[in-house]
Amino acid sequence: MSDPAARAGVITEISGWVVRARAEVPLALREVVLVGDERLIGEVIALNRGEVTIQVYEETEGVAPGHPLYATGEPLSLELGPGLLGGVFDGVQRPLRMLAEQEGDFIGRGSRLPALDREKLWDFKPAIEAGSDVEPGRVLGTVMETPALPHPIIVPEGVSGNVKWIAAAGPRRITDVIARLDDGRELTMLQKWRARVRRPVRERLVPDAPLITGQRVLDTFFPLARGGTAAMPGGFGTGKTVTQHQLCRWAEADVIIFVGCGERGNEITQLIDELPRLIDPRTKRLLAERSILIANTSNMPVSAREASLFTGVTIGEYYRDLGYDVLLLADSISRWAEALREISGRLGEMPAEEGYPPYLSSALAAFFERAGRVVTLSGGHGSLTVITAISPPAGDLTEPVTRHAARFVRTFWTLDRQLAAARVFPAVSTRASYSEVPPGVTNWWSSQVSPGWAAAREEAMTFLEEASRIEETARLVGADSLPERERFLLRLADTFQEGFLQQNAYDAVDACCTPARQMALLETFMRVRREGLEQIAKGTAASALPIDFAALQRMKTAKELP
Amino acid sequence: MTGIAARHDNHAGIERRGLAELRGPLAFVEGVAGVAFHEFVDLEGSDGVTRPGRVLSTTERGAIVEVFGVTDGLQLGASSVRFHGRPMRFGVGPELLGRVFDGLGSPRDSLPPPACVERRTIGGSPINPCRRAYPRDFLETGVSAIDALNSIVLGQKIPIFTESGLAHDALAMQIIRQARAPSVEKFAVVFVALGLPRDVATRYLDDLQTSGSRGRLIAFLNLADDPTAERLITPRLALTAAEYLAFDAGYHVLVVLHDITNYGEALREISAARGEVPSRKGYPGYLYSDLASLFERAGRIAGRPGSITQIPIVTLPSGDLTHPIPDLTGYVTEGQIVLDREIARRGVYPPVAILSSLSRLMSDGIGEGRTRDDHPDVAKQLYAAVARVERARGLASIIGIDELTEIERTYLRFGESFERELLTQRGDESRTIGETLDRAWRVLHELPRAELTRVRDEILEKHYAP
Ligand SMILES: Nc1ncnc2c1ncn2[C@@H]1O[C@H](COP(=O)(O)OP(=O)(O)OP(=O)(O)O)[C@@H](O)[C@H]1O
Ligand SMILES: [Mg+2]
Repeated sequence: MSDPAARAGVITEISGWVVRARAEVPLALREVVLVGDERLIGEVIALNRGEVTIQVYEETEGVAPGHPLYATGEPLSLELGPGLLGGVFDGVQRPLRMLAEQEGDFIGRGSRLPALDREKLWDFKPAIEAGSDVEPGRVLGTVMETPALPHPIIVPEGVSGNVKWIAAAGPRRITDVIARLDDGRELTMLQKWRARVRRPVRERLVPDAPLITGQRVLDTFFPLARGGTAAMPGGFGTGKTVTQHQLCRWAEADVIIFVGCGERGNEITQLIDELPRLIDPRTKRLLAERSILIANTSNMPVSAREASLFTGVTIGEYYRDLGYDVLLLADSISRWAEALREISGRLGEMPAEEGYPPYLSSALAAFFERAGRVVTLSGGHGSLTVITAISPPAGDLTEPVTRHAARFVRTFWTLDRQLAAARVFPAVSTRASYSEVPPGVTNWWSSQVSPGWAAAREEAMTFLEEASRIEETARLVGADSLPERERFLLRLADTFQEGFLQQNAYDAVDACCTPARQMALLETFMRVRREGLEQIAKGTAASALPIDFAALQRMKTAKELP
Repeated sequence: MTGIAARHDNHAGIERRGLAELRGPLAFVEGVAGVAFHEFVDLEGSDGVTRPGRVLSTTERGAIVEVFGVTDGLQLGASSVRFHGRPMRFGVGPELLGRVFDGLGSPRDSLPPPACVERRTIGGSPINPCRRAYPRDFLETGVSAIDALNSIVLGQKIPIFTESGLAHDALAMQIIRQARAPSVEKFAVVFVALGLPRDVATRYLDDLQTSGSRGRLIAFLNLADDPTAERLITPRLALTAAEYLAFDAGYHVLVVLHDITNYGEALREISAARGEVPSRKGYPGYLYSDLASLFERAGRIAGRPGSITQIPIVTLPSGDLTHPIPDLTGYVTEGQIVLDREIARRGVYPPVAILSSLSRLMSDGIGEGRTRDDHPDVAKQLYAAVARVERARGLASIIGIDELTEIERTYLRFGESFERELLTQRGDESRTIGETLDRAWRVLHELPRAELTRVRDEILEKHYAP
């Protein structure tokens, strides 16, 4: 953010993160202003004659009426360019690592470090020659952002013309000019974009493939399309964060963005510690080389928590525009909605349900709409998949955030408290979860893994449905009074739960399961089911079936499988 | 701690006689300008008593002050307010150890105020997540139900969810007395009473002081008959003290906050007085963030020797785990230890409900080199087995024990010896983790080997003798 800022007014009122001021110069809606002597970062959210209302992204303790207000003349925007990968940023994209170096172990106030390192040199390789006509999205050149990921430098939105000069190959800072157009405009590797505005694309496409997560119950039963959206509601301790961390490690995306939105500090620390050590099984590179953390923990300013979701999604769109498959994980959008509610309350707006503002639903819609598979401006393909955790109060799925989110997502993974209490993880309820499987996903499985996928999945769904009905009966009459057929199915369902649905995040082999292995396991279980049923129809007792249930259960970690 | 102390002083002090309005714990002051947000305030009534307070919102014309004291009996005209020009602070230093304070940080032990090395604002600053050290050092409580199945690590925050009449006080005192960790020499306890009856608070103090913990104890007491609003300050004073001990003086600090339910109710009271729109059951929408501003002060910092472990105690209002206070506490903390009336009725102490309890930081804190190589498998197997016991018990209550299968009956027997041999222990009995795990194996022997599917073969070989 540019400095020095000019004095623009005087503070008149402070109530938490909402500050009012009397403007002395004209200010723009969504302009960045600096509040008080400490120059806290704020954004103009309402203008009414001479009075400005400001959302401050830092603690306002100590700010008093009469303190000065400064204008920057710029809208709140994010920095996009090489140097994002491997980074840890707060909700308004302040670089937390650099902040720690500057300020120590605790997060202070009033620091305004740029998000991206200005000194770092990147080895720029031009991709076009002087004289080329360029338009938004066109690749000017490339730098290797990390050994895992080349970073194309693209022409920003709204810029086109003829390139008069392009930088030669060599080390460049992100603010160095790398191209000059005929109208004199200069381009650098650093771009800015307003977080709340979605980035343009040439075309939106329907999903063509699943986003493989390596988690059996998700991939096989409730698949998520690449470019799709998923919500994962569950009460406390049901496994939302652990599952999201699993997806961070194993999901088949080029770039992973994890937004810790109002959750625990230690959980972010765990990722910070782990990502630079974990090897990505596909690229054999470190996970940190292709992931970005946005950390606005529960004790950091609530207003910046509200911004963090948009910070994450905008960075996600940017990498999508570079032609990558991006996965955004947000933990949790309930905390984001609470931030929205708190700011709305301080503005004195009329609440709708449970104190949430009436625009909760449209705000959620606007967020989820930013996911998708697209043709980028330059004609390439990219996607942004969004997975959100939801923390419903009292685990009640009828509360507003869950209810609204359910309208906008195509995949819904409900985590079940009973399963979690019995330490059955991932505690995904097969009855209360669903996924609208697009044809592209089915085609992918059929062509890439096995033509029998859809049929096997269908059969397994029926099996689970029947088993849960039998289980209910057994709970009333006891397993001993069930007919042989039901006894067998119940036994097999138990084994299926341990041997397929359950997946231990902490087991080196089991943590991630390839699609081929998932399919092999599923087919085996379904074969055992058919054969068992045939035998029972012929009069064999359930207990006399020649089935090694223990072996079935252990098969998921067997070395012989694909 | 740079960045925390001595910031934003505004003015030397503003005095104002007379209030415009009094509503519950809120005082509205007009005709003052330049008062800062969260500024520290003293409000004096005609009774000559000074009550501390804090600015909740401020304009050019006046301020709303939240008063941490009794406002009953105050008059508008005869009261005067003094604004201090800075936020509320608390003096920290090594002399805090061994002292007992009231809910606002004044000595309650009739000794002079302790010397302090620094005065710090009490709100605390968030620890930069890049500087946290992930907690993974096992804290042995000597209580099997916790050490075996809900192992706690230094720097964790894990509440006890309980109901009135259950043995949470005995358990909390036992944990405080017995807690130890290898390589930990400097150990301190911060006990924070929030709306606690006098006799309960006294019991804690007596217990801690006679058990030789005196020199390593600091107590902050807001008792049941102390002002409600004061409860919002007490834990913040205590945590400021704890942060000093942990991150400056290198102590491993155990903070017991008792009872968070009273704290939440105080928050609701203030919120209602301000006329805020409530979310659930009248609690303010920011209850989660407010609780997080306390609980997230637990943890460890890279390169600093100490730690803050928090054990908040939450009495479930009418036994309801879905009530906003336990619910949101559970959403912030790293697990929970749930006490259960049903288990207590069977005469089990401590009555820990294994399946609804959870320690989220357990997996990194146990196992080879930390507790024992068999610990992770034993724990997993016990959870699975206890889940089977519950199922069998449910079934038995419907169809009768006689109708159960042989293996279900085996699980019922296992359930009994689990409670008798492992869960149950005396209030003065401290078991090492080795003893606890050996007991666990004796209990697991009730089950046939084929049932122990969660234990790796090599571990079974070693511990499961036929
Ligand atoms: N896949 C898994 N494998 C093994 N254990 C798991 C798995 N998922 C969850 N757990 C266990 O459950 C605990 C709670 O999980 P997690 O922290 O993800 O819950 P959560 O839903 O995010 O809760 P909160 O809403 O409070 O943040 C973990 O600490 C871990 O012990
Ligand atoms: Mg979580």
